[in-house]
Amino acid sequence: MAQIHITEQLDAVEEFEQKPVPVSKLKSWKSFLGMYAGEHTAGTEFVIGPLFVAHGASANDIVWGLLVGNLLAVLSWAFLTGPIAVKERVTLYYLLEKISGKKLTTVYNLVNALMFCFLAGSMIAVSATAVGIPFGLTMPTLNDWFPNSVGWIVAVVAVGAVTTVVAMFGYNLVSKFANIASPWMILVFLASAVAVLPELGVHSLSDFWARANDTIWTGTPMEGQSQFTFWHIMFFAWFANMAMHIGMADLSILRYAKKWYYGFNSGAGMFLGHYMAWMASGILYALFLKETSFSTEFAPGPVAYRAAGIAGALTVIIAGWTTANPTIYRAGLALQAIRPKWKTWKVTLVVGLITTLASVFPALVMKLLNFVALYGLILMPMGAVIMMDEYIIPKLNLSRKYAETFNKSFNLAAAVAWGVTLLFSIWLNLTFGVEVFFLGLPGWFVASALYLVTSYFIQKNKIKGGIE
Amino acid sequence: MRSLLKLLSLIGLLATIVPSFLVFIGVMTLDNNKLIMVFGTILWFATAPFWMNKKV
Repeated sequence: MAQIHITEQLDAVEEFEQKPVPVSKLKSWKSFLGMYAGEHTAGTEFVIGPLFVAHGASANDIVWGLLVGNLLAVLSWAFLTGPIAVKERVTLYYLLEKISGKKLTTVYNLVNALMFCFLAGSMIAVSATAVGIPFGLTMPTLNDWFPNSVGWIVAVVAVGAVTTVVAMFGYNLVSKFANIASPWMILVFLASAVAVLPELGVHSLSDFWARANDTIWTGTPMEGQSQFTFWHIMFFAWFANMAMHIGMADLSILRYAKKWYYGFNSGAGMFLGHYMAWMASGILYALFLKETSFSTEFAPGPVAYRAAGIAGALTVIIAGWTTANPTIYRAGLALQAIRPKWKTWKVTLVVGLITTLASVFPALVMKLLNFVALYGLILMPMGAVIMMDEYIIPKLNLSRKYAETFNKSFNLAAAVAWGVTLLFSIWLNLTFGVEVFFLGLPGWFVASALYLVTSYFIQKNKIKGGIE
Repeated sequence: MRSLLKLLSLIGLLATIVPSFLVFIGVMTLDNNKLIMVFGTILWFATAPFWMNKKV
């Protein structure tokens, strides 16, 4: 009986994947504030801040690079994603299908879902480092790519199972939990860093800048790590969520916004979350390195536990959980767009299983900076396609939503924009050694130009030859 | 009742953040800070769900 009740409840989860969100279902700005603050005060922040330290970023690089990069990210959400989200009020996948056609969108959705699974997997792995503390779990090191114990596998599977079950109940539950957890989580991040400052030699505010330079962000990378500069930090901060803003994945979230400018609410995530949390976790890691004589063990759970006790460990678990949830939800939407008749909860269950499998591999954590930049880069070209289709294509007297207008299942222009942009990025990387963090910006212009030029030739030919 | 819950939630948040500054200025130990943070955490999660996300 109870089982039937739960199934009915899950079947009733309505997320408007195949139609515009009705006015009655729009959400207030507070909902987005909590969602963004919670989502970007995540388990991965406990990895990113320390990796900046490991890569030898200086205090100036951190303070200014994060300020500029996060500001650019907020502006991208507000001026690029928000206006299209409230105008169309459909998911990225639904809109993309009208532009690119079913076949290309299917490929995109599969790639997208896989990327989201890996991302959520890294968050689950981070949470597992805290879950494993009471069991004396052997933690992974910076050089580990594969699981180093059965205990590690058990811990990530347990966290993955809980995360998946919550995500199966849909966006509302995720949003509510993120809302409740986020104010507390942000304060724990801040509190844990403030409390350990004396142990790093900071006894008053006037000490901070000197210790920031000579003890925390020293400008010297750890052995085997590349050197980061202001530009690395700035571009990473801007493009850490490139798939969400410039890549338009957050159309799926902001379509619930009453006004376009709710995109500015991402500032809660970028500044309370990324800016503060990355600095705070960097401070905690600097203390860990000092106390362990630069150990290569890399486990956010014990680092947070050392600074803030049980509250710190709980933060790592919950921070990972609240971010993995919407990420799994997004991956579910991507897959459901391929087979709309599949129930949301069943798709989410499958996605959760893939995510949990991925999270078993610590490589996702150790190479997180590169992975995050790569995932944004891979998904970004379709965001450029949507932007061009929305604003520039009509100005060229071409038809918007090509696949829908011409009843096509494959838009060659979008495929060229996506594929050639990625080839161009690989060429820049291999030929000139341009790092993955810097490929997104030139890639966006290349994708936009390719889409416009190819669309022009395809649609002009159609008009000349008569619409089939 | 709602106001009381909000007050308790606020105390929970204050218990999470304020002691860390007391550690910073040297009037509290880190261990006591950790203990009070747990108290704040419990208080927050025991009270906030009853008033957050609820329509007035």
